[in-house]
Amino acid sequence: MATVSIRGVHKRYDDFHAVKGVSLEIKDKEFVVLVGPSGCGKTTTLRMVAGLETITEGTILIGDTVVNELPPMDRDIAMVFQNYALYPHMSVYDNMAFGLKMRKFDKAEIKRRVTEAADILGIKDHLHRKPRQLSGGQRQRVALGRAIVRNPQVFLFDEPLSNLDAKLRVQMRVELKKLHQRLGTTAVYVTHDQVEAMTLGDRVVVMKDGLIQQVGEPLELYNHPANKYVGGFIGSPAMNFADVTIAQNGSGLIASNSAMNIGVPEHLAAPLGPHVGRPATFGIRPEDLRLADGSEPAHHTFEAVVEVAEQLGSEILLDVSCGPSSMVASVDPTVRVKPGEKIRLAFNPHRAHFFDGKTEMAVRG
Amino acid sequence: MIEGAIWRRWVFFYIPLALFLIFLLFPFYWMLITTFRPDGELYRPWRAANYTPFWTWNPTLDHIKYLFRETMFATWLWNTMFIATASTIISLICGVLAGYALARLNFPFAGSLGTGIFITYLVPQTLLFIPLSEIIRNYKLGDTPWSLILTYPTFLIPFCTWLMMGYFKAVPKELEECARIDGASRWQAMLYIIIPVAIPGILSAGIFAFTLSWNEFIYALVFLSSPEQKTVPVGVVSELIRGDVFFWGPLMAGALLGSIPVAIAYSFFVEHYVSGLTGSVKG
Repeated sequence: MATVSIRGVHKRYDDFHAVKGVSLEIKDKEFVVLVGPSGCGKTTTLRMVAGLETITEGTILIGDTVVNELPPMDRDIAMVFQNYALYPHMSVYDNMAFGLKMRKFDKAEIKRRVTEAADILGIKDHLHRKPRQLSGGQRQRVALGRAIVRNPQVFLFDEPLSNLDAKLRVQMRVELKKLHQRLGTTAVYVTHDQVEAMTLGDRVVVMKDGLIQQVGEPLELYNHPANKYVGGFIGSPAMNFADVTIAQNGSGLIASNSAMNIGVPEHLAAPLGPHVGRPATFGIRPEDLRLADGSEPAHHTFEAVVEVAEQLGSEILLDVSCGPSSMVASVDPTVRVKPGEKIRLAFNPHRAHFFDGKTEMAVRG
Repeated sequence: MIEGAIWRRWVFFYIPLALFLIFLLFPFYWMLITTFRPDGELYRPWRAANYTPFWTWNPTLDHIKYLFRETMFATWLWNTMFIATASTIISLICGVLAGYALARLNFPFAGSLGTGIFITYLVPQTLLFIPLSEIIRNYKLGDTPWSLILTYPTFLIPFCTWLMMGYFKAVPKELEECARIDGASRWQAMLYIIIPVAIPGILSAGIFAFTLSWNEFIYALVFLSSPEQKTVPVGVVSELIRGDVFFWGPLMAGALLGSIPVAIAYSFFVEHYVSGLTGSVKG
């Protein structure tokens, strides 16, 4: 069990700056997920922690030890790869025992640990098989087993569920979470799937272009995105954005563009004060929109044209256009609207977001 | 399979296949039939009434007996076996290590070095034997098996290196990375993980290298002179073609017996060609 400290880490390849100064403190027993689009530097960061990539600049500590110069074998970590990387010529048992054999554990102890791990993962009956005789899910379990038998200080996961089909992925996601709760080992998990990130992580790190965009607990990221990118990345369907200009209107502020003219919620009026006369982005999540019924103040509504109505059973997703921007609203399943129909949508003012037009940083109350 | 009417299957599949097979296998059949045909039939004029070129009713082992009694064929076989095995082992060791390094280790000029090695393979032996014979003479290796064991690797190592490089590149990098995280050093990862996974590739390289050195002619002809040092290809040609007289029976018997070890080597390892890689990674 250990902490992991990543301090000002850079990775430069010949002509590519992959990681541009990442700092992150991971607590003991914490499950941290690095999430971001491909090429954002999340896998490179993980591989630097593993010792598979050299660190161009900065320091990484596991526990109290600086590991910059330590080879992977001396870092006391275990890694699960996207393609499982099972040794094809070895049986499941030997695959799981390999790390222990390399570390000169005695035979009885190896057997005890492998059997125990196989028991936890439900692959006890397959120990004598070769990897190619197993299904994708079973291979994934063997890869996990190989990591847990070593009882390392830190688990590193590099998109371990990406090769599984959707149903199995959900199932394995739950099992991974259970496994972590049971073992309590510090874990760093890389994925490009924000749902995986939200469900697995104690904390989630959103990365883009080699930089950390925001670190926080899943709901914190969801409710208080630090910038427009995080707002759009976390959540499905994604947050709606509309480019607006902030203007003074009597004692309050309004945000307007060619199609909407909405009042800025009171708690955001003060921080948005300096933005008067400047462009900004209004952000609202689909579930914070509903059909206006007249009970709400008019300045918290705007007009939109229905393009497509997606019936999901529990809700209806309305794809609407609102002047230059298209939006998605999640509305009550009893609502009946037709494509082309003009509707009025009301937004929840407490859950409205505004982002600076230039820096894209969130304006917070 | 060709679909449609039966005649289409015959015209586009069976008949072309049969012609192709006959074309490929006829030389081997000729070799076989000549080996067992008595001299009387072999040298019978083609206009003779009882001329039967494709069959014999009087098979004989005379040519094979001649080969073993009157020539040093057994010694040649042994020489060839020894030289081919030794040079194959040397080339495999060097080729596997060099192929691994070129495929996996990042060092300056790795790419151009790989290309350079391949280019040396393209230099024809018919040119290379001239400077090589000078070297062989200076080191006083002429007329010994070592003259071949040490020169065959000049074309076998580039061949094995290139083949193994391609094979190692196809082995997922993660296997090795995982082994190194599991506690293996680079050497141990190569020894316990990469090489066992690459066994089909190593066997293919070995078989090809063995065949190339078994069949090699130019160097053996130039570097060896005394009959007891010769290899099968050179021995058969130089001892059984005297002037313009061809001893067809023993010649073909030598060719037949000389190709048997290679055929055995192929059939023995053929099942290992089927790559054991499937299922190692990805689902």
